[in-house]
Amino acid sequence: MTDPIDRAGIILCLISLATLILIPAVGSNYLVDVTTEILIYSLFALSLNVIIGYSGNVSFGHAAYFAIGGYTNAILLTTYAWPLVASLLASITVTMFITGIVAYFCTRLTDIYFAMLTLAFSMLVWAIAFKWRSVTGGDDGFVGITIPEILDQRINFYYFTVLVVVFSTWILWLICHSAFARSLLAVRENPTRAGFVGINTRLMRWWAFVVAGTFAGLAGALFAMLHRGMYVESAFWTQSATVLIMTLLGGMFSFFGPAIGAATLFLLERITNEYTEYWPTVLGLILIVILLFLPDGLVGLVTKIRNYWTREH
Amino acid sequence: MEPFLEFIRENLGSPGLAILISNPQFAFIQLLNSISMGMNYFIIAAGLSLIFGVLKVINFAHGAFYMFGAYITYSVTELMGLSFFWAVLAAAIGLMLMALIIERCLFQFIYDKEHLMQLLLTFALVLILGDLAKIIWGTDQYSVAYPAGLAGATNLGITFYPSYRLMLCVLGPAIFIALWLFIERTRWGRITKAATQDRDMLSALGINVPVIYTIVFLIGSALAGMGGALASPFNSPAPGMDANIIVECFVIVIIGGLGSLWGTFVGALIFGLVFNFGSVIVPNAQDVFAFLLLLIVLLIRPWGLYGRAESEGQ
Repeated sequence: MTDPIDRAGIILCLISLATLILIPAVGSNYLVDVTTEILIYSLFALSLNVIIGYSGNVSFGHAAYFAIGGYTNAILLTTYAWPLVASLLASITVTMFITGIVAYFCTRLTDIYFAMLTLAFSMLVWAIAFKWRSVTGGDDGFVGITIPEILDQRINFYYFTVLVVVFSTWILWLICHSAFARSLLAVRENPTRAGFVGINTRLMRWWAFVVAGTFAGLAGALFAMLHRGMYVESAFWTQSATVLIMTLLGGMFSFFGPAIGAATLFLLERITNEYTEYWPTVLGLILIVILLFLPDGLVGLVTKIRNYWTREH
Repeated sequence: MEPFLEFIRENLGSPGLAILISNPQFAFIQLLNSISMGMNYFIIAAGLSLIFGVLKVINFAHGAFYMFGAYITYSVTELMGLSFFWAVLAAAIGLMLMALIIERCLFQFIYDKEHLMQLLLTFALVLILGDLAKIIWGTDQYSVAYPAGLAGATNLGITFYPSYRLMLCVLGPAIFIALWLFIERTRWGRITKAATQDRDMLSALGINVPVIYTIVFLIGSALAGMGGALASPFNSPAPGMDANIIVECFVIVIIGGLGSLWGTFVGALIFGLVFNFGSVIVPNAQDVFAFLLLLIVLLIRPWGLYGRAESEGQ
């Protein structure tokens, strides 16, 4: 689970960062748009992994917090014309608050019951977004979000997203490499024993849930700004499943795995849609392959290949 | 009475509630709507619950099975011109065959895997089956005619009510009793019950457990297909119907308690009541009511009305 902060890791991080900064220099609008969206989904998947990878609980309703953040940001920016920073902070706070309440109830359960309850809460959020037409726009979606003029330009919004996502990832990294994360891992591996050592297992899981939900809310807020709109599909349970697949594809036992999974899945979807309308089947087959043959995801696969290589030579 | 109704209309903003109180005939029709809807859902959710009870797999693809049941009914009645009865039978048998293939080729390898893996594998099936349905039936919305003889309304004394829905009110409890008798009163039922308790012990006693698993999965899937067939006259087969029904079935089985047949029956009835009366009292908010109901139940009894607490030391 721990990623050793070795020289290779630091170099890799710097290269990725430099690539992100240089991407607009290529001059392709399409590339910038795709990268922006990938960054947002990466943050979404990274946040989910705090519950799944670190606390070992499978949330099947993570899209709810993404949607709450997105809708809050959309409503505050447009309906109430708040300034961007205030709106973003408020979106995070609202998501954190709602996640806190939901987490209080969900952490009473574990395993399959936990998954089902998170699913139920997310569908409640979906139903409210769907039916509360006067505020959320119902199934037409919340369209026409006003964003500050300076971010109206593609490149500026791109750098803004890079800034927010990199900063959030750094915070998540700190959280996932703190004593708190160590306790979480203990809870994941053996809840009974962790309890005996004196860890308040439920409180630990509650915190993990809140951290995950909050960052998902931030990702949702960015998503709403990127698309100048927020739609009910973002809260539907299939969206929760998609982000779960991203996390799994990258590898949930590594910090950066989910981000890699998000990028891979997003690009695969784009490419597949060029050739066939049956992306769901492709996704289903990918999922079966991961589940049966790659339980540790792409990161696990790379590690396996590297180990094999170093042993041979 | 009239000032009271006026108060409800004016202050609660719910003309539906006022009609409900002042018009017993309307209330009775809503009650029958709730029961018939609940019974249709029970038939589907019973399959889900049965499969979870024995196999311990939450089958997301159950909704897709339901959708296939509805589509098969359309093909058999409208395209082949056979009667509705045969269509229901064809849906049940068709889904059994599909389930047999899925269980033998895929599910049997995941029984000892983590729950997350199982859940996601069934989700992979949802994706693939959804596309398969699109390839076979396209993206049109089809309509299925009510079966001859049940297309009209029956006089119940105080009101007329659609015969088809009345039939559902009878069929649901009949299936419930049949399933209950099967599980409680037959040797196979007892073995099935034993399989929910201790798989290894049952195997050591000389019972072929994989066969039990397959049979339970087939029965559960056939119920989904049948439920889809029975729903098709008022719920037109169309893409996307699988994603909605599965969440509603989850709500029902969680309210009742996962794996409990009796719980599923009660859960389906409650769901029907809340959905129908909720939509009368606050129009258009029935989904919100359904999920709120689920949350309230879970707050009071985290494992559902008839569920047992999980045996984990937390």
